[in-house]
Amino acid sequence: MEPEKIIELLGQKFEGEVLSSGTDHGQTWAVLKRDRLADICRFLKDEPDIKMDYLIDVTAVDWLPKMPRFEVVYNMHSIKHNNRIRLKVPVTEEDASVPSVAGVWKTADWHERETFDLFGITFEGHPDLRRILMPEDWEGHPLRKDYPLEGPKWEFKPW
Amino acid sequence: MAVTTKEITINMGPQHPSTHGVLRLILELDGETVVSCKPYLGYLHRGSEKLAENRTYQQIVPLTDRFDYLSCGNNNLSYAIAVEKLMGIEVPERADYLRVIVSELSRISSHLLWLATHAADIGAVTVLLYCLREREELLGLFELLTGARLTVSYVNIGGVRRDATPEFMARCKEFADAFPAHLEEYNTLIMQNRIWLGRTKGIGIIPYDEAIEWGLTGGSLRGSGVNYDLRKAIPYAAYDKLDFDVPLGEAGDVYDRYIIRIEEFRQSIRIIQQCLKDIPDGPYKADIPTVTLPAKDKVMADIETLVHHFVLVSKGFAVPKGEIYVGCEVPKGELGFYIVSDGGASPLRMKVRSPSFVNLQCLPRMVKGHMIADIVSCIGSIDIVLGEVDR
Repeated sequence: MEPEKIIELLGQKFEGEVLSSGTDHGQTWAVLKRDRLADICRFLKDEPDIKMDYLIDVTAVDWLPKMPRFEVVYNMHSIKHNNRIRLKVPVTEEDASVPSVAGVWKTADWHERETFDLFGITFEGHPDLRRILMPEDWEGHPLRKDYPLEGPKWEFKPW
Repeated sequence: MAVTTKEITINMGPQHPSTHGVLRLILELDGETVVSCKPYLGYLHRGSEKLAENRTYQQIVPLTDRFDYLSCGNNNLSYAIAVEKLMGIEVPERADYLRVIVSELSRISSHLLWLATHAADIGAVTVLLYCLREREELLGLFELLTGARLTVSYVNIGGVRRDATPEFMARCKEFADAFPAHLEEYNTLIMQNRIWLGRTKGIGIIPYDEAIEWGLTGGSLRGSGVNYDLRKAIPYAAYDKLDFDVPLGEAGDVYDRYIIRIEEFRQSIRIIQQCLKDIPDGPYKADIPTVTLPAKDKVMADIETLVHHFVLVSKGFAVPKGEIYVGCEVPKGELGFYIVSDGGASPLRMKVRSPSFVNLQCLPRMVKGHMIADIVSCIGSIDIVLGEVDR
């Protein structure tokens, strides 16, 4: 099934969940609401005509000062049908949490840990959400736009 | 007297000759058998993604060199294709073929170091020295073509940085003709060796469905029999005009992943021979004044061209608003760049989907139930580079 038809089918089956969609440079994307994300992902993975069995990436974009601040992005690919789609889930800063898809694709585990580490977005239902790239006792989330490039001030770097 | 046993927790620390970099594993062992293995990463994290938000698009190319520092041509190519697709730039055909040549030479270079370290970890030290001998010649080839041995930064946005001289073409052909004989040398040392077979067959098996679930790509995925190679699935550069096969494994163990990478050597040589024969003449970079640098001899002679060069280098060029994800087949798997642009000279967000990071996630699953010595075989067979894992 072509990517645009997949999004249409999603809009019909999960009413009200698809906020917008489009195709740029040959790549199809859709903006979803976050509540039924895990069900949508399971449907995309299991439906034989779609079969998005390979989750490429889970990441986030910080749109400060635009609101809602964060957007969690899922890129996925179907090995059998050889096509890709992108799902985007906007979240606000005060309530930065998204249902975890680690139960749908095992590979989402470390991707979600990395997004939590670098942005501070929590994933509900994740088996082991802790920092992965930064040290365990690090404070702050480095990839946010208000985090300084050279790191925070501390005793040996007062500038 | 009753004998009690207890599980022991051991740290395979960040400094270890067999972890191929700074990787820390906390192992729980029941005697010699691994019960659980927890990787701890981040020792080589340099914040490349945050750095990229503060650099112009052309300045990010040397950053991409340092991800998988053993195969730099491929990293640059993946990034350049992503930005070119976002901007809608077409590169000339000669640039495409040069990109494929550098890409395949980098693939051979990376696989040579993979074979050298994998074999040395398992015990076959002679293979280490033989592979590094060939790699020395390859690094000389890179220096002739690009000026640098390792971090080449050769593929730019809009084309390649320098043209290939006839001397390079001749030396490249010599290398490609002589390499299959060297490959046979390595095979006689280990392919049928009883110790090698004993240490690699049946170890670290990942079945077909699980390999896709875990998001594996590259040699680790094809070792389990999944036919997914980005050069064939979503062709880029000149790969759709070239003729090559994609080797697949069956059992999904360490031995199969070794065999298919040996076969990938042969296919890379095949691709290079075709490129050297078919490469057309022409420009080596696109002629778009707002993006590509002007010719150096005019820059040195003419004031307007000097100013043009200066502005391009210092201010960079603006990329239209939008986002894109493009993945390319690097030796370790699928290296993808997800770039979001807000219309400025630096990306708003650049996410690097690195294959080593995703493939390493599968390690605890692979070594469960095996012995400590098998951990080293499994790490070698996944083929990780810590620069890519941590970025």
